[in-house]
Amino acid sequence: MALLETRRLTAFYGDFQALYGIDLELHEGETLAIIGANGAGKSTFLRSITGLLPAPLRSIVFSGHPIGGLSPAEIVRLGISLVPEGRRLFPSLSVEENLKIGAYGLRAPGYWSLDRIYQLFPALLERRAAPSQTLSGGEQQMAAIGRALMSNPRILLCDEISLGLAPIIIRRIYASLPMIKAQGASIILVEQDIVQALQVADRVYCFQEGRMSLTGRPADLDREKIHTAYFGA
Amino acid sequence: MSGFINTLLQGVMLGGLYALFAAGLALIFGIMRLVNLAHGDLIVLAAFVLLVTTQSLGLGPFLATLLAMPLLFAFGYALQHLLLNRTLGRDIMPPLLVTFGLSIIIQNGLLEVFSADSQRLSAGVIETDSIRLGAGIAVGTVQLFTLASAVGVIFGLKLLFYRTEVGRAFRATSDDPEIAQLMGIDNRHVFSLAMAVAMVVIGVSALYLGMRANFDPTIGPARLLYAFEAVIIGGLGSFWGTLAGGIIIGVAQTVGGSINPEWQILTGHLAFLAVLVLRPRGLFPRAGD
Repeated sequence: MALLETRRLTAFYGDFQALYGIDLELHEGETLAIIGANGAGKSTFLRSITGLLPAPLRSIVFSGHPIGGLSPAEIVRLGISLVPEGRRLFPSLSVEENLKIGAYGLRAPGYWSLDRIYQLFPALLERRAAPSQTLSGGEQQMAAIGRALMSNPRILLCDEISLGLAPIIIRRIYASLPMIKAQGASIILVEQDIVQALQVADRVYCFQEGRMSLTGRPADLDREKIHTAYFGA
Repeated sequence: MSGFINTLLQGVMLGGLYALFAAGLALIFGIMRLVNLAHGDLIVLAAFVLLVTTQSLGLGPFLATLLAMPLLFAFGYALQHLLLNRTLGRDIMPPLLVTFGLSIIIQNGLLEVFSADSQRLSAGVIETDSIRLGAGIAVGTVQLFTLASAVGVIFGLKLLFYRTEVGRAFRATSDDPEIAQLMGIDNRHVFSLAMAVAMVVIGVSALYLGMRANFDPTIGPARLLYAFEAVIIGGLGSFWGTLAGGIIIGVAQTVGGSINPEWQILTGHLAFLAVLVLRPRGLFPRAGD
């Protein structure tokens, strides 16, 4: 049984349809990459899963239970956590408070705690008392990932975590993913920059204009196929 | 000279009352961007609740306030949960219209039940007591309590906001309500809690409103105005700023009134305008607003 499954998932912004029936499966322990151009519906897909956009109940199934349309607060308590695009740290909270609030809905403690987040990203420990807006882009991204981990999610959704960061910082952030995986989280990465994503992903889905245009294992996909699926023929 | 110092002191103490009015308003606006046009009327409503409590149970106003606090807390939670949460959204008009309507309903409801007669919370001897600070300078005990309570309330709100988990949720929701939900925070519950806390602050405001002077069902909107001015002078989102704002209006009113009693209200508004001209974002604006 898949850990997370979407069945003909659709999404709308008012009259505008952003997703046209997405079928996707995430298995326990897997890392998926969702790639696609700007406006392909990648972020919309994550917003639907987290409950920020309404979805029909049975179109999203988590661990056997339909969760479509539940509130975001309920969904994060079930174990799905989002690292939002653009980090979106709380500006009036310090770094440590941003991390602590990630555990707001937590019922039972799990592997990830403040100390473990600081072990994962030592740079945050030095800046723990600093206002979150004074951090560098890379540090902000680490804090956003840490905040999402604090709820000890079974699924970590990462929206464009490499956006706007220097290559060396991107590599450092991607280097944390195996440790996150090792603690039992399954991961969905949404990226426009496909190079990093393809290196860590077990499987890839490519979105194009709200539809799935390609899926497979990175090894089975050649550049031309991806190019076509990414930009259209 | 001591006459002028007395006037200034009076103004600072009066500022404490305005800071209390403003603290409740700032709390609500800060967390949910709701401009509560019924704020002044809620203060008057709370004053009548205290009046009934003192009269029916034969208690002093301080004890009555303590007793009424859980009731006010529950009322605030219910008001937000059942009514105001339904008005919040992208459009800023519904909350304005609904709280404006609420203001009219409270005024007319109070007129119906209590008539337009002036009322007062009588506190016994401390009403006329004063504390001598030497050389012809003295402050009224109730006046001093007002300022001390304002400082206490603001200090308490600071502790709540910066030292508790609920406070963290308040600030996170204020920063970014969408992401706050992703942390497992139920925004509607947070908003209702905020209004409940605001109603407790309103209860403290009502205590001093009722002890310092007469009140009747129609004086709410003017209190709302002073509260607004104090909040804006202080800079939106700063609790200590509301205290500074309250004191500036209080001092301006008292000094103006000492020159000519007709100028009291006018000089308060002029001080507000002067601050707006010199510091349009208030004295202590929050970064990023």
